Amino acid sequence: MSFDSTRCFLTFLCINLLMIGCSNENVATLSTKSIIYCSEGSPEGFNPQIVISSTTIDATSNQLYNSLITHKGEDNELSPAIAKSWHITRDGTKITFYLRQDIDFHNTSYFTPTRKLNADDVLFSFNRILDSEHEYHDVSGGSYPFFERINFNDLVEDIEKLNEYTVRFTLSRPDSSFLANLATDFAVILSKEYADNLSATYSQQQIDLLPIGTGPFKYKEYRAGAFIRYTAHENYWQKDINIEHLIFDITPSNTGRLTKLLAKECDVVSYPIAHNKIVERSDLVLNEITSFNLAYLGFNTTKAPFNNKLVRKAISYAINKEAIIDAIYFGKADIANSIIPPASWAYDENIPEQEYSISKAINTLNEAGYPDGFTMNLWAMPVERAFNPDALTMAKLIAGDLQKIGINVNIIYDYEWDIFLKLITEGQHHAALLGWTADHPDPDNFFTPLLGCSSTSQGYIGTFWCNDEVDDLIKQSLQTSNIRSRKEYYSDVLKIAEDELPLIPIAHSKRFQGRSKNISGQLLKPFGGITFEKVKKN
Amino acid sequence: MLIFTLRRLNLFIFTLIVLTALSFSLSFLFPGDALINLTGQVNATPEQRLLLIEEYKFNSNIFQQYWAYLSHLFDGDLGVSIASHLPISSEIMNLLPATIELSVVALIIAMVVGIPLGFIAAVNHEKFADNTILFVSMLGYSIPIFWLGLLAILIFSIELGWLPSAGRLSLVYEIEPITGIQFFDILMSNSEYKWQAFQDATLHIIMPACVVAMAPMTTFIRLARTSMMEVLESSYIKAAKAKGLTFWQIIHRHAIRNALVNVIRYVGLRFANLVTLAMVTEVIFSWPGIGRWLIESIFQRDYTAIQGGLLALSSFIFIVHILSDFIYAALNPLAREHNHGA
Repeated sequence: MSFDSTRCFLTFLCINLLMIGCSNENVATLSTKSIIYCSEGSPEGFNPQIVISSTTIDATSNQLYNSLITHKGEDNELSPAIAKSWHITRDGTKITFYLRQDIDFHNTSYFTPTRKLNADDVLFSFNRILDSEHEYHDVSGGSYPFFERINFNDLVEDIEKLNEYTVRFTLSRPDSSFLANLATDFAVILSKEYADNLSATYSQQQIDLLPIGTGPFKYKEYRAGAFIRYTAHENYWQKDINIEHLIFDITPSNTGRLTKLLAKECDVVSYPIAHNKIVERSDLVLNEITSFNLAYLGFNTTKAPFNNKLVRKAISYAINKEAIIDAIYFGKADIANSIIPPASWAYDENIPEQEYSISKAINTLNEAGYPDGFTMNLWAMPVERAFNPDALTMAKLIAGDLQKIGINVNIIYDYEWDIFLKLITEGQHHAALLGWTADHPDPDNFFTPLLGCSSTSQGYIGTFWCNDEVDDLIKQSLQTSNIRSRKEYYSDVLKIAEDELPLIPIAHSKRFQGRSKNISGQLLKPFGGITFEKVKKN
Repeated sequence: MLIFTLRRLNLFIFTLIVLTALSFSLSFLFPGDALINLTGQVNATPEQRLLLIEEYKFNSNIFQQYWAYLSHLFDGDLGVSIASHLPISSEIMNLLPATIELSVVALIIAMVVGIPLGFIAAVNHEKFADNTILFVSMLGYSIPIFWLGLLAILIFSIELGWLPSAGRLSLVYEIEPITGIQFFDILMSNSEYKWQAFQDATLHIIMPACVVAMAPMTTFIRLARTSMMEVLESSYIKAAKAKGLTFWQIIHRHAIRNALVNVIRYVGLRFANLVTLAMVTEVIFSWPGIGRWLIESIFQRDYTAIQGGLLALSSFIFIVHILSDFIYAALNPLAREHNHGA
């Protein structure tokens, strides 16, 4: 009996091994047409309009959708996308977009488009955000964080359809960052026809879960915490896609992603660790791109003692930023002097690096009236981001630094990311390690979100710091398109921010990505985001 | 045989009662509200909560509550997960087959490798082969499984690149789950890449299954060795020798069969241990099974999931025990007549 079963199993094993042996040439067929991207987390939904998390943007915007216009080339010039051209009136308040007439929406198992993209779709996509009475406004909670932050509703007075393929935006005031905002990953165009179909079956909420867009890939399957499966959009308007399947393998553990890259289970991985290990291997490539981002320590300026700017200054003196750059970024980041990275035209070289001096820190703390120090809590982001790959260790380093001037730090880290953010917006923290990634090259994308009152009052930034002078300067800067005068306004803002220190800028980091050598084509976009449109597998 | 069956059935029912009572009491022992722990309805509105209290009889005595819990269990309702808000029963039905698949393949590997090795050791008692096999089995038994798993990944996935390090199947292949047992699903699917997928699934299971199989295999080696040595000492072997049968004839015809019966008896007992090992291995190899899910639920303090998962897993192990008892009884008539214990 035992011999029979053993024999049986051995035969089975041999057959298996034979099959592995002889069909190597067929194996090539499916895997060369597919790319597996190991991403760092699950998306919150499939509509970039309603989110700000970069994980969701990476998974959706450039894969599933297109915007009216886009940033292209070395200088990130604005270039046509869905709109083939546009025209701005002299006073800068009326902008007319002329749309392409050959753009198809995705044809999927849950929706078959009967017409091409036209002005109705553009109107639908933006009215959903602007009009609180709109049928779809409240479908996914009615919150459009990116658009709220840039005051989109105040800025846009009206959107009109001039004809089937022409749309005009009327602005309440000229805004030099308006076009740049329309070219971000958030301002995508949805299908009105699809929305109408959903309304007919009373399943409106599906619009953000089962996406229909015009982008290079279309949705096939998603299992939370496991994978997303996309297939190529066969009628993509721009050009033919080189791969047939795009699969996001959701692997939150960073060692897991590294292992999968080394074992060739992933073609591309996000945020790799152990850079040297990847560089050593001849069959792998490490890409890096200087991102427009910032890691900062934000103070809850509504809570004592952090409403005292001397306390904030003292802490700034006590933090050893160089040690942080070495330990957290392995030297692959720049120390941040101000909120603006050196690559931006708004960068001001007159702003010096914040000094590291324990004695000055102790003196300032005495001056502030806390000679014996105090105990504070410091919240460290529980997720990895390009701008801060390890907030917990950073918090520990800062805690060690602050110990020296008599401040005891309790690090708070244990929350899930969404709960963490919620508690920050409620102002539960004393100080928090957070960060910011720009969505487009205009420097306003740093100033308004990080220092503008409309944004800080929402709480995501964690400072609750609102300074009328700064707010006015930022607004004035948007009303002119003269770069020199804009730079002066921003320079003033940076000076006030340096003096008041609502947040301590820590680092501008680079974004890394590991991939197999047989994957070619540009993947990372300079202003955040990743696109698989032009990727090839050899 | 009838009495034997009734005895086992009796045991089965009473154990299940104890298990469900334990699982029910967990919802009071866990921190937080017992009703939320039991149902997983964290965001219930006051009206929904009243309905739940009514349904679970939380307004009457503890025995009625337990009875209400049992009747929910019989309807297949284990509540919803606090973390993912999905019904626990459907999560278990999705994940348990993966664990069964891994455990069964590991068990087969452990038996196919371990038992013959044990026999070889017994036949060569106190010779070089015996000592070597015992040494290796001792070594295998002492290696912690999480370390072995990581080492295997380091060698076979990262350095050599032969075997994949995570998951059940490359995400490239789309296989519709029907039975949940991946190999059957692949064979039943009508994908044109069926055979590629089958190979890929085989490559994926080799490493985790071997790692899980390591510890039970060493147990099987020693069990098979002892049992074979006992058999070789017995009088009927001596009688066979006296009849003039050659050594290999004795081993083949008499010894193996009788030694195997004793080994089979322990297979069921080893299975609980195997599933525990599989849970750890699932975490290391990202195997989408119930063990990994249970460990994640513990981290997320998902009490409803912990409760339901423990209940499902322990009843599963218990059912396997009973089944293996039946198999043993069917193979060995002595067991069902005299051996009333166990």
